[in-house]
Amino acid sequence: MALEILIDWFPYLFSGIVLTLGLVAAALIIGVGLGLPLALGQVYGTLPVRFIISIYVWFFRGLPVLVLLFLFYFGLFPALGLDLPAFYVGAIVLGLWGAAYQSQVFRGAIQSISEGQMTAARSLGMSRFQAIRSVILPQAMRIALPGWSNQYPEILTESSVCYAIGVAELLTRSSQIVSQTYVTMPIYLACAVIFILLSYAGTSGIHILEKKIAIPGFGPGGS
Amino acid sequence: MTEEKYILRVENIKKAFGTNQVLQGVSVNVRKGETVCFIGPSGTGKSTLLRCINQLTIPDSGKIFLNDEEVTHAGPRINYFRQKIGMVFQNFFLFDHLTAVRNVEIALLKVKKLPPKEAREKALYELRQVGMADWADHYPAELSGGQAQRVSIARALAMDPEIMLFDEPTSALDPELTREVLEVMKKLALQGMTMLVVTHEMGFACSVANKICFMEHGHIKEEGSPAELLNNPEFERCKAFIGEFREYSQ
Amino acid sequence: MDQITFILDVMVPAFESGLLMTLALVAVTAPIGLLIGIGVACGRVYGGKGLSWLMQLYAIFFRGCPLLLLLFILYFGLPSIGIVFTPFVASVLGFIFCNSAYNSEYIRGSIISIKEGQLIAAKALGMTRNQAIINIVLPQALRRSIPGISNEFIYLIKYSSLAYMITVIELTGASKLIATKYFAYNETFFAVALVYLALVTITTFGASALEKKFAIPG
Repeated sequence: MALEILIDWFPYLFSGIVLTLGLVAAALIIGVGLGLPLALGQVYGTLPVRFIISIYVWFFRGLPVLVLLFLFYFGLFPALGLDLPAFYVGAIVLGLWGAAYQSQVFRGAIQSISEGQMTAARSLGMSRFQAIRSVILPQAMRIALPGWSNQYPEILTESSVCYAIGVAELLTRSSQIVSQTYVTMPIYLACAVIFILLSYAGTSGIHILEKKIAIPGFGPGGS
Repeated sequence: MTEEKYILRVENIKKAFGTNQVLQGVSVNVRKGETVCFIGPSGTGKSTLLRCINQLTIPDSGKIFLNDEEVTHAGPRINYFRQKIGMVFQNFFLFDHLTAVRNVEIALLKVKKLPPKEAREKALYELRQVGMADWADHYPAELSGGQAQRVSIARALAMDPEIMLFDEPTSALDPELTREVLEVMKKLALQGMTMLVVTHEMGFACSVANKICFMEHGHIKEEGSPAELLNNPEFERCKAFIGEFREYSQ
Repeated sequence: MDQITFILDVMVPAFESGLLMTLALVAVTAPIGLLIGIGVACGRVYGGKGLSWLMQLYAIFFRGCPLLLLLFILYFGLPSIGIVFTPFVASVLGFIFCNSAYNSEYIRGSIISIKEGQLIAAKALGMTRNQAIINIVLPQALRRSIPGISNEFIYLIKYSSLAYMITVIELTGASKLIATKYFAYNETFFAVALVYLALVTITTFGASALEKKFAIPG
C-alpha cells in the first residue's frame, strides 16, 4: 500500500527533489562566487578588508541556519522592501552561509601554496593579479577540492531546514504527503533514502572530477 | 671616471630585516657580458643583494640602474624591468601545475603577450638549449632536481633578459646533478650573457667568472679576478675561505 | 511599547527560558553523543566484519539523513508504530544520533592514525587487546580528535535550534514566538543572533584552551 502511494505521489515528490537540488546548486554557486573573493581578500587584502571579511565569516558560521532564515525572511528582506519568494530567500541564505565556510577552505588552500610560486611568477614580470590568476589559483583550487567537496552533503542536509520558511523542497513535500495520506514511516524513510542517495551520487561525482583533473605528483600532500 | 658603460650599476644598497643589517652599503658595477660570482659565508646578504636587484626585496636605501634606467622606485614599471632581469632560484620554484614547456611558455603568453604558436616555439627552443626538449610534457614532480633547475633556467631565458641572476642554483642539488646545471650556466656565460651568480661552487667561479666578490657581514670585502683572489687575497677571511677550497680541491 | 521595556520585560525573560532549554538539550546530548561516537568508531575499526559494516551503516545513515527529517521521524513517525516520545526526548534522541555519527568519523580517523606499533607494543607487554585499546590507543585518539569533537559540539549548539520545529521552545523558538507576537522581527532575531554568537564564540575559545591543555609536545 505504501508503495502505491509512493508511485502515485512520485511526480509531486520529484518536484521537491528538483527544488532541493536547485537550492543546493544555487548555494554552491554563490558559495564559490562569494567565497573565493572572500578568501583572496583574506590572504591578499589590506587590514580593514581582512577585518570585515572575518566579521562576515564569524557571523555566518556562528549562527544556526534556522535563525538566519528567520532573520532574512521575516526581518531583513521585508525591511529592505524586498518581497522575495521563499525559495530565493533560502537559496541566498544558504549561499551566504556556505560562502563563509567555503572561503576558509579556499583560504587554507591558497595559503598552503609555497611562497616560492609567487616569487617565481613575479620574477618573470607577472603582476600580482596575473600571478594569482595563472599560478596560485589553479593550484589552490585543486588542493581545495577535497575539503570543498564536504560542502555538498552539508548544504544538501541543511537545505531541508528551508521547510521552516515554506519552501516546497523534498522534506516539505514529504511531510505534505504524510499529512494527506496518513502514511508516515514509509514516506519519511523513503525521503531519508532519497537524501542519502543524492548525497552519495554527488560525492561520487566529485571524486570522479578530482581524479580527472589530478596532476602527477601534485595534491594536498604537496609535490 | 671610466667611460665604459655598465649594464648594471648597484649603488650603496642597504637593507635591514628588523635589527639585522643584512646589506650595509653594497656597490658593484657590471659590464655587459661579464660573469660576476658572489662568494662568502652563509647569511652574509648575497641572496638579499640579488633580490634587491629585481626588487623582490625592496632595499632601504640605494639605487640600482639597468642600462642607466633606474630600477629602484620604479613602481608598477617594475614588471617591465623584471622581464629584462632573469632569475633562477635555489629551489627552482617551477610551477607545479604546469608541464615543463608550459612553465617556460606561460610568462611569454601572459606577460609578453605572444601568440600561442610563437610562445610554444620559443619555449621549445629554450628547452632545447638546456637539453630538456624531450621532457617538455613532464610535470615538475616527475623531474630530477637537475632537470627541474634546467627548466627553470629555460623559463628565465625565454624572456630574453639582459642579465641573469642565479641565487645558489646548485645548492639544493646532489653533486651528480650539480654538474649538468653548471654546464648549462657555463655555456650561457660563453655565449655572452651577463650573469650574477651567488654560489658555493668555487670551481665554477674560478673557471667561468670574470670577477669574484667576497662578501661578509653585508659588505663586499674583496673584489677581483679569479686569479687575483686565488693567488693573492688580501682580506684575511677571504684568504681562509679560499684556502679551505684549495685544500679541499687538492 | 518602547524599546527598553520591550527588551527588559519581554525579550529577556523569554530568552532566559529559551536559553535554559537550549543548554539543557546540549548538556544532555553531548556526553551521550560522545560515548556512543566512541563506541561506533571502535566498532568500525576493531569489530568483526558484521559489526564493522553495521557501524558503517549507522554512520552513513545518520550523517546522510537531514537532522530535521530525523526529528520528524522520531516525533511524528514513530507514534504510528506505537512509540511515543515527548518533544524534548525526541529532540535529544535525534541530536544524539547525529552528533554520535559525526563524532565517530573524527574518532575513527584518529584511531587509524595511531600507529599500529603502539598496539603491538602494548600486546607485547602482556595487555589484552581490549586493555591496549582502552589504555593506549583511545587516550591518544581522543586527544587527536579534540578539534573535531569540539567542532561537532559547536554544531550541536547551532542545530539545537531545530528542536523548535517539533515544538520545543528553546532559544530560537522563544525568539520566533516573540517576534511574531509583537511584530518585532528584526530586533528579536538580531538579538537572538547575538546570543548564539556569544555562545559559539565562548565555546570556540574554550575548545582552543582545551586543545592547548591536552597538547603533548610533538
